[in-house]
Amino acid sequence: MLTAFAILIDGLVYASWLFIVAIGLSLIFGVMKILNVAHGAFYAFGAYGAATLVGLYFEAGLPVAGAFAAMLLAAVLIGVILGGILERGLLRRVYGRDEVIVLLVTYAVFLILEDVLLLIWGADSYFAYQPYVALGNVVVGEMIISTYDLGLIALAGLTAIGAWWGLNRTRSGKLLIAVIHDREMSTTLGINVTAVFAITFVIGAVLGAFGGAFTAPKISVTPGLGVEVIVIAFAVVAIGGMGSVAGALIGSVIVGLCRAAAVHLLPEVELFVIYAVMALVLAFRPQGLFSRAEARKI
Amino acid sequence: MPDRTLLLLCAIFAAAVAVSFVMPSWAVFLTTIAVAKALVVLGLMILWRTGLVSFGQALYFGAGGYAAGLAGRWLGLTDAIALCLLGAIAAALIAWVVGLLLARYREIFFAMLSLAFSMILYGVLVKSEALGSTDGINIASATFLGYAPSGPAQVVSVYLLTVLAGLIAASVVHVFLQSTIGQLTAPIRDNEIRVEYLGVSARAVVHLEVVIAGALAGAGGVLTALAVGHIDPEMAYWTTSGGFVFVTILAGTGSVIAPFLGSLLFEMVRSFAMAYAPETWQLMLGAALLVTILFFPGGLWSLFERRRARA
Amino acid sequence: MIQGIPHKLGKTLAGGTLAALIGAGAPAAAQDGAVKVGIVAFLSGPAAGPFGVPARNAAELLIEHINQGSMPPPYDSAGLAGQQIQAVYIDEAGGTTTQVTEMRNLVQRENVDAIVGYISSGSCLAVAPVAEELQVLTVFFDCGTPRIFEETSYKYVFRTTPHATMDSVGAARYVKDKLGGVSSYAGINQNYAWGQDSWRDFVAAMKSLEPDAEVTTELFPKLFAGEYGSEVSALLVSGSDILHSSLWGGDLESFIVQSLARGLPQRSTMVLTAGEPEMFRLKEQMPDGAIIGGRGVNSVFADDTELNRWFQEEFSERYDTPPVYSAYHMAHAILGLKAAYDKAAEGAGGQVPSEDQVIEAFENLTFETMGSTMEMRLGNGHQAVGATAYGTYKFDKESGQPTVVDVIRYPAECVNPPEGTTSIEWLEAGMPDAKCG
Repeated sequence: MLTAFAILIDGLVYASWLFIVAIGLSLIFGVMKILNVAHGAFYAFGAYGAATLVGLYFEAGLPVAGAFAAMLLAAVLIGVILGGILERGLLRRVYGRDEVIVLLVTYAVFLILEDVLLLIWGADSYFAYQPYVALGNVVVGEMIISTYDLGLIALAGLTAIGAWWGLNRTRSGKLLIAVIHDREMSTTLGINVTAVFAITFVIGAVLGAFGGAFTAPKISVTPGLGVEVIVIAFAVVAIGGMGSVAGALIGSVIVGLCRAAAVHLLPEVELFVIYAVMALVLAFRPQGLFSRAEARKI
Repeated sequence: MPDRTLLLLCAIFAAAVAVSFVMPSWAVFLTTIAVAKALVVLGLMILWRTGLVSFGQALYFGAGGYAAGLAGRWLGLTDAIALCLLGAIAAALIAWVVGLLLARYREIFFAMLSLAFSMILYGVLVKSEALGSTDGINIASATFLGYAPSGPAQVVSVYLLTVLAGLIAASVVHVFLQSTIGQLTAPIRDNEIRVEYLGVSARAVVHLEVVIAGALAGAGGVLTALAVGHIDPEMAYWTTSGGFVFVTILAGTGSVIAPFLGSLLFEMVRSFAMAYAPETWQLMLGAALLVTILFFPGGLWSLFERRRARA
Repeated sequence: MIQGIPHKLGKTLAGGTLAALIGAGAPAAAQDGAVKVGIVAFLSGPAAGPFGVPARNAAELLIEHINQGSMPPPYDSAGLAGQQIQAVYIDEAGGTTTQVTEMRNLVQRENVDAIVGYISSGSCLAVAPVAEELQVLTVFFDCGTPRIFEETSYKYVFRTTPHATMDSVGAARYVKDKLGGVSSYAGINQNYAWGQDSWRDFVAAMKSLEPDAEVTTELFPKLFAGEYGSEVSALLVSGSDILHSSLWGGDLESFIVQSLARGLPQRSTMVLTAGEPEMFRLKEQMPDGAIIGGRGVNSVFADDTELNRWFQEEFSERYDTPPVYSAYHMAHAILGLKAAYDKAAEGAGGQVPSEDQVIEAFENLTFETMGSTMEMRLGNGHQAVGATAYGTYKFDKESGQPTVVDVIRYPAECVNPPEGTTSIEWLEAGMPDAKCG
């Protein structure tokens, strides 16, 4: 019973982390059909940026509550700056090209950003654990759960609701969906697709940095942070379906629970359970669980 | 045209053999690695004609390498040619099985599913202590039909075998691409449904492509393993696959000779970048890739093609 | 897009590539009277911060002082047998194929006389046969796998650091000596060779020292996972007396931060075999009472000798942080090299010794290093054995410094297998002939 409860909580915590990290990737692909490998770099920059800002913040002796605002600020700044530069400076030149070519452009950007990270922050690790520790923990029977982790679950939920509401209930969101369905038709109707692309990419970058920023207090921020994240995010998005918020959510929950179950019950398979799930899902639903139907070209 | 490419291949092969007598040993080794990698890229080239990019060729590359290593360890088999064939066949079998599923997908999903399979193999290899886990295992020196060289002679022998394998593979692939089925690879990318109207199963063609690419990658894996003398799970990691795709773009797909040129250039750039800029070599590789994509969309090979294209 | 790139450029590119391959072999030879040494360590990636960069820093420091002859005795003579050291630094990243390629480049293109390097066991295993083939003196300074000299014998390859079995055996002995008896233990180790081997050795050592203790759970998170929520839960649920971990670097730091927030150290005493570098980074976040190892008598465990004091002072002043165990490991290697060269020169009547003479001097050598002594006793005189020590962590609030208390030192014969048997065999046989004094 205790194990089942532990699996549930752990699964949800991990799922929240996955969702926050993967949603940006999913949106960018859904709207722009770009599989952004540099997403890993946004995550890493967000983590480093937040760690640095939080470090400065606490050195200035300011109260803990504001630290969260600092992290959010870091994420937004990084996302806007990096995402903006990338989109305007580089991606605009390659929009018309093959999807795979654009993927490779983002891969090249990822390689470059990894070394830029090393040049700016060096090889040492950074901490920003104060927010994590400050929130304390919650004792449920024999299980001690970190309040911060529970907060992450809430945050993921908020993000999901926010994303869904933004897409389906606002005017700009509906324009976005229109572009997702049919880019050409949208342009014909007068939608400024270029602006839509730019905004989407920046939002995706901010979400990626956001994932990094809010993970930073739990971990030691080290070089190579982005590499692992990319593959996992891909797996989640593949399972859930591209461009679908619900898909990313369900995909995260499935992967999170599977992984938690593996760690508690069958640790040997923990290493590749996520890929096995991905292969399984794709075998039966190649588009992922919740993707948008696309018309076939004749 | 076909004859011309084959003739060019033979000329390059002859030059490669001749030059091995003048090149310093480290250059011979580097070229061996580059050519072995180019075999994998040849396979990727075929897939790319159909608009498919596999981010999982490391699966077959690793499978080939481990097949050779384990055959040496468990069966005592050290003959390089036998190992090459063994590795290629083992990889082809795996490709055939994986292809049953993979051939139904296109575009990004093809890429991601192929990635998933290669990461599963990686996980299995890392977990397996019997296979050395992440430390891997060393491979005994290769023998060549009874001839057992050591030291610099070993390096040159593996080099010659690799270059020969390159010649054979490039020629076979070239002939394949001129054949009827080979000529269908590009149309499938343009409009799959109409190809099916012609009575050809697009899925079957893609399946065949996956198997050929797998076999080539397996052979590349064996040759790399023999040259380096060591196999480890990194051969199956996604960044290895990424490296292969990188070279495919760098090289371009205009001709079967392109992968070899691109691979050689990549190895050289990488080696010099690591030696002279040990803290920024990733940045240099990324920049090189960007420059290629932006300014040389057809890859390096397009530099050679322009004259013909204008006519 | 640039249009109409001249066809000539393409041909030039091809020609240039070929010429570079043939011509660039213009050997960059060492200056006369100098010994060119290649130094290989992780300069990028997660292993750079805790291991690679401190090692490189130690190398730079030592080489500079050796060249000037300003090291404390017995290493106060200048150079290696009087020759200046010229160093070439290579990043160990990129995988084993790249490392094998780079070793060949170091020897055949850069013409190094010796190589000191390698943190990853995978690198060591892959390059050892190549070093033999190229006949270049190679000194492994950090990699842990016992397999190197247990599976093959080498003439040109040496390792000046005891292998990782020592760490696990030391840990098991300390647990028994300090904690009395434990009834249960768990393990969390990274899912790759280092983690798997460390756990396996620890379990084997515990079986012979505390046969009644049972294993409650064994966890193997992915290398660089960073996120250990499920693992911490599993460990809280299993509730063992002690928790063994060979986690290192960023992973260890993340794990500690996450366990601390959830009260795990209060339930299970942590035994961190590679914990020493993280002590300095985590400081008050490292739980008091954790058992810490430094992979040998290094850093805070080093004996108080003049050489050690010198090293601590110089390194801390120059790099703003005290030297951690990887820096010590690199120091052992460089001092070992110098000791071998100097001894060979003596034997050659003061002449510059040949490589064979240096090798002969290096075999079975005993040399002093920072706060300990290394004896090249295993692997036919190519593998070092040394003492190890474990201590209990205590953060000194007044000075704000990390310290270890209740340090127990274990002599080399206690925690290293003897010549002629493999580590696994020795452990499974219950560590016969161990002399713990």
